[in-house]
Amino acid sequence: MKDRTALAVGLALVAVLVYGMARLGFFDPRLIDGVGQLGSLFGMMLPPDPGSWDRATIYLKALGETLAIAFLGTLLAAILAFPVGFLAARNVVANRIVHFLSRRSLDTLRGVDVLIWALIWINVVGLGPFAGVLALMTSDLGTFGKLFSEAIEASDRRPVEGVASTGGGRLQRIRFGILPGVLPLMASQVLYYIESNTRSATIIGIVGAGGIGLHLAEQIRTLEFQQVAFIILLVLIAVAAIDWLSTRLRLALIGRGRVARA
Amino acid sequence: MSALPSAIEPARLATLDRGYREAVRARRSRAVLIGLAIVLCTMLSAISAEVEPATLFANIGKFTSYIGRIFVLENGQPVWTRPAEWFWGLEDWLSLLLETVLIAYVGTALGTAGAVVLAFFAAANLSPHPVLRAVTRRWLEFCRTFPELVFALIFVIAFGLGPLPGVLAIAIHSMGALGKLFSEVAENIDLKPVEGVAATGASWPVVVRFGALPQVLPNFVSYTLLRFEINVRGASVMGFVGAGGIGQDLIEAIRKFYYADVSAILVLIIVTVALIDFITERVRHRLGDSGAPA
Repeated sequence: MKDRTALAVGLALVAVLVYGMARLGFFDPRLIDGVGQLGSLFGMMLPPDPGSWDRATIYLKALGETLAIAFLGTLLAAILAFPVGFLAARNVVANRIVHFLSRRSLDTLRGVDVLIWALIWINVVGLGPFAGVLALMTSDLGTFGKLFSEAIEASDRRPVEGVASTGGGRLQRIRFGILPGVLPLMASQVLYYIESNTRSATIIGIVGAGGIGLHLAEQIRTLEFQQVAFIILLVLIAVAAIDWLSTRLRLALIGRGRVARA
Repeated sequence: MSALPSAIEPARLATLDRGYREAVRARRSRAVLIGLAIVLCTMLSAISAEVEPATLFANIGKFTSYIGRIFVLENGQPVWTRPAEWFWGLEDWLSLLLETVLIAYVGTALGTAGAVVLAFFAAANLSPHPVLRAVTRRWLEFCRTFPELVFALIFVIAFGLGPLPGVLAIAIHSMGALGKLFSEVAENIDLKPVEGVAATGASWPVVVRFGALPQVLPNFVSYTLLRFEINVRGASVMGFVGAGGIGQDLIEAIRKFYYADVSAILVLIIVTVALIDFITERVRHRLGDSGAPA
């Protein structure tokens, strides 16, 4: 019986896949033409070349801007999410309505892609990297709020009871009972997101919200593939460096075994 | 009662006290150092990212008024007074939403298929050859470093406008992200079944299929479902670069100031995303995975 259900589910999944592929144009000669095109585009990328020294400095500056957007956006989101995380945690605020409302608003913030937030913030502060910072902040506020509240809900209850037994009030229970346990975990999550936001920040330039994405999109659209390859290399090196640094810091924070899961 | 502090000799007590004070001081100075580093990074970043709090506070009203404005129809009435007018394009939008979800689905499926194969080449304990492992890892790194949209931009040039480049972009990025997670799962398995199968003289694919795959499958499924959730969000903006789905209509509505359309499409996207999150979460719980490792 169980085998039969598994078989039915598997068949249904494959059927949807085949329908999807047909509808999205996979059984079309364009696919094969495109692969050939892709090959020649790749050939045009070699060797990577920024064109001129001026352009190389422009790209480096834009890369710095990208890193700045990622860092600031993540930091601001973490600062804002800190109180929200406690508000959305069931063991801190036991009110069901508050819990429900805070969780749903966090879900809404997360459900809207960072590019859409960037477009909205551009209306407010104009084109430029500041809009990118605010966009990353908004979308990460949703993510951090959820992650922080889950970390708080999963925290050990015993320190809280200990503080309560000495007559500690609500704030003292949070400060001395919950915070020491969850703070390293939160810091580790923030570091991980600085890393992953560096990747996302390479894209917000496409809608005019600063960083290297603007140049990347522009060079792709004007078919300057040697410059595209140069930018790609720059980003790869920067992300690898941030990756290395953040893994080091996270190891120092929470120890080897937990890094993979955090 | 002999273990009271008074039982410690004064000289020893002084040493302990000094040690304690030094430990506290070291901790404090480390905290100050970290704080200073963060402040320095923040200041440098703020200059580079042209942060202007004054502009933000001066214009913060535009944010709320924009949010308010998108919930108003052309005739000045709030959108919920005339749902039929608000969702005038429902039929088209639903069909585009279906396309969006299909882009995410097919992209996730193809990406997962690639990731499953490559993960075993990239896992330290199962990889058939160290060189192959290094090459696979670099490739996966490359695939996940760039957001889907970067791949989509390039694929749109090669394959033309439409959902096809979107699917391929999501597949490539998912392959990179999942390949890394899968290889980490594979590195943590029990090697005894693998050795057992290998001892029968089986070839490498057979060893992986019967020795490793059964152990990693539940984790693989759970990660794939999480990725599907992420990819639905990603597919919703593929249209920004002409790579299919509802994004095309959304960015047009935003750029051309069709305010009510913006909110209608956003509501549809948020509901779809929430629905898919809900379903996949249910499935993951049923598969016996309580935690959500991301």
